[in-house]
Amino acid sequence: MRRLLFALLGSVLLIGAAVAFTVQARQSVAQDGPAAEQLTLEPGQLLFRDTGTGRVSSVSPTDPGGARRSSALVCDRFAAARRTAVCLAARPGALPAVTDVLVLDSTLAVRHREALPGTPSRARVSPDGKVVAWTLFVTGDSYAATGFSTRAGLYEVETGRLVKTIEELPVFTADRRYFAADVNYWGITFAADGNRFYATLGSRGTTRLVEADYGRYQGKVLRENVECPSLSPDGTRVAFKKEVSDGVWRLAVLDLASMVETELAESRSVDDQALWQDGSTILYGLDDGVWSVPADGTGGPRLLVENAASPAVTG
Amino acid sequence: MYIAASRSPDLTTTDPRALPRRVPANVVALGVVSLVTDVSSEMVTAVLPLYLVLGLGLNPLQFGLLDGLYTGATAVVRVLGGHLADRWGRLKAVAGFGYGLSAVCKLGLLAAGSSVAAIGVVLAADRTGKGLRTGPRDALISLSSDPAALGRSFGVHRALDTVGALLGPVAAMGVLAVSLGSYPSVFVTSFCVAAVGVLLLVLFVRDRPGAVDRVAVSSRAALDLLRRRDFRRVTLWAAALGLVTVGDAFLYLVLQRRWDVPVAYFPLLPLGTAAVYLLLAVPVGRLADRVGRWPVFLGGHAALGVALVVVCGPTAGPGLAVLALALHGVFYAATDGVLMAAAGPMVPPELRSTGFAVVQTGQAVARMSSSILFGLAWTLWGLRPAVFAAAGLLAVVVLAAAVARPVRP
Repeated sequence: MRRLLFALLGSVLLIGAAVAFTVQARQSVAQDGPAAEQLTLEPGQLLFRDTGTGRVSSVSPTDPGGARRSSALVCDRFAAARRTAVCLAARPGALPAVTDVLVLDSTLAVRHREALPGTPSRARVSPDGKVVAWTLFVTGDSYAATGFSTRAGLYEVETGRLVKTIEELPVFTADRRYFAADVNYWGITFAADGNRFYATLGSRGTTRLVEADYGRYQGKVLRENVECPSLSPDGTRVAFKKEVSDGVWRLAVLDLASMVETELAESRSVDDQALWQDGSTILYGLDDGVWSVPADGTGGPRLLVENAASPAVTG
Repeated sequence: MYIAASRSPDLTTTDPRALPRRVPANVVALGVVSLVTDVSSEMVTAVLPLYLVLGLGLNPLQFGLLDGLYTGATAVVRVLGGHLADRWGRLKAVAGFGYGLSAVCKLGLLAAGSSVAAIGVVLAADRTGKGLRTGPRDALISLSSDPAALGRSFGVHRALDTVGALLGPVAAMGVLAVSLGSYPSVFVTSFCVAAVGVLLLVLFVRDRPGAVDRVAVSSRAALDLLRRRDFRRVTLWAAALGLVTVGDAFLYLVLQRRWDVPVAYFPLLPLGTAAVYLLLAVPVGRLADRVGRWPVFLGGHAALGVALVVVCGPTAGPGLAVLALALHGVFYAATDGVLMAAAGPMVPPELRSTGFAVVQTGQAVARMSSSILFGLAWTLWGLRPAVFAAAGLLAVVVLAAAVARPVRP
């Protein structure tokens, strides 16, 4: 009898503590940020995800520390080009994880919505604004029970064609078709023609840079140890992260003609898909901020926007 | 001396209806503790990927690599925990320490922040806690039960355990919904639930009765265990069967590809297995008590073999997918607790925890090796040939084990 009383009392106390913590967490999450404004993709903005509120916000690239305007759109990843933007938002409380891929028009209104399994990882829009590409982390289809894998997909804005995963893309390495059961893709980046694209192919413990032709739907391996490629505006160089030790990545730029690699002046580990602000500057998210570093290996990193991630430049 | 071992041969002839009708209170108490603890641990398992990626901005590909390492480390800890529990004559204390360690690790996840190294350490400690408690807990279940009703006792425990595993993700979803997606709330709630489990263990689970003969529980005596022919054989056969067992994830992958299951529903496939396991754990355990545990154990493996043939067979009707999942549930119901019920009577009571830890570790290491080998076969030959090869090997080993009959009756 006494034991039962103790058990009941203890359980009520513990569960009460859990409920109190949960309710208090709800209240701190529900606090509102600044009033939402109507943002558009008009040129001359640096858009980003405000890491405090999750809302897509905007500053002037010439005065990134200045006043920021916030939209009502809440995303985990954001990207934009021309008149198209993409927002990846994980559904809160959805188990297994589901991500809403929101294809947005130039007023950030939802043009198309696709609910896909997984957790947001990378998002990009092709320079012509016609293809939206993303990478999601998924669990459960790896044979290590707690293993993770990635799934990269894309959506043609004009035709509405959806490619849920580019896993089936035929890839050649030295003219031989590459076959493996554990193929993972991540970090798609498109060229200005909306046809040539690059992505990371991860398989058997190695990452490879793949160059692919979307129309012919075929790719070839260019190089090893290249992750999250980002093609320069002129289409001649690729900014990427390369793994220097387990879980440590450095930013570098690869010249596609000469295959010469230049390490950038950022000495910290960066786990992001870089973005070209222009032909000579790289933007990336690190430690709750958006940073910039010259693309030629000179200079040093500079903090552009605090409490920000997922930068996107309109122009 | 070995009352249980010497009595077991006549037990097949005993009318099962003569058994005590009630499941021992200690078994029910241990089952409820497992239920509550599984709610706690499955809550965390369900949200961990989301937390790592969205909450911390980590790259989860780093974590999968550590998995094999953990399995190896827990194997050593499991045997050590099992043996120390016997040695000190404190099964409840060692099991309790394991439950407590895993509970504290839920808060450790919060304290670890976004450090990959710290999270790795916390996850390893969590697994250590799980490894430590399994042997002593199963020993308590078997020592609290009538030797003739071991199958039923393990069935009841595993059924309760599975209920917890099914409720965990639901609880996590509830907490995320109420807290508007706060992961710390999930971890704190998971800790509180695990603490309730420890509290229930402390209050309601009794340590094994009777004083322990210290001489009998030296490490020497533990090593002598492997000299016992029947015990050694059951350990080796269980490991041999583990070596030809296709891991769960592979079966689900085949199912998903063959029937084109939408990826969003992929994580629901294990629920099908769990539901069947839950329904069948007790009846199959009782069946094992009646007709013999080894035949039922082998029957479970045969069910897995049939499931493998079904998923790669010539036709792919939707009914066959359901059948394969059901057979997979039968496999679990007929193997997990039943092996413990089969091995229990072969181990003297004062070495029960050590003995169980050895059998379980042998099986776990064998299954891990099988996953690696199967992964290799899949890469080399493709999925279907690999599955057929695995089913063929499984059939051969099951037949050999049936002929060998390491467990009498």
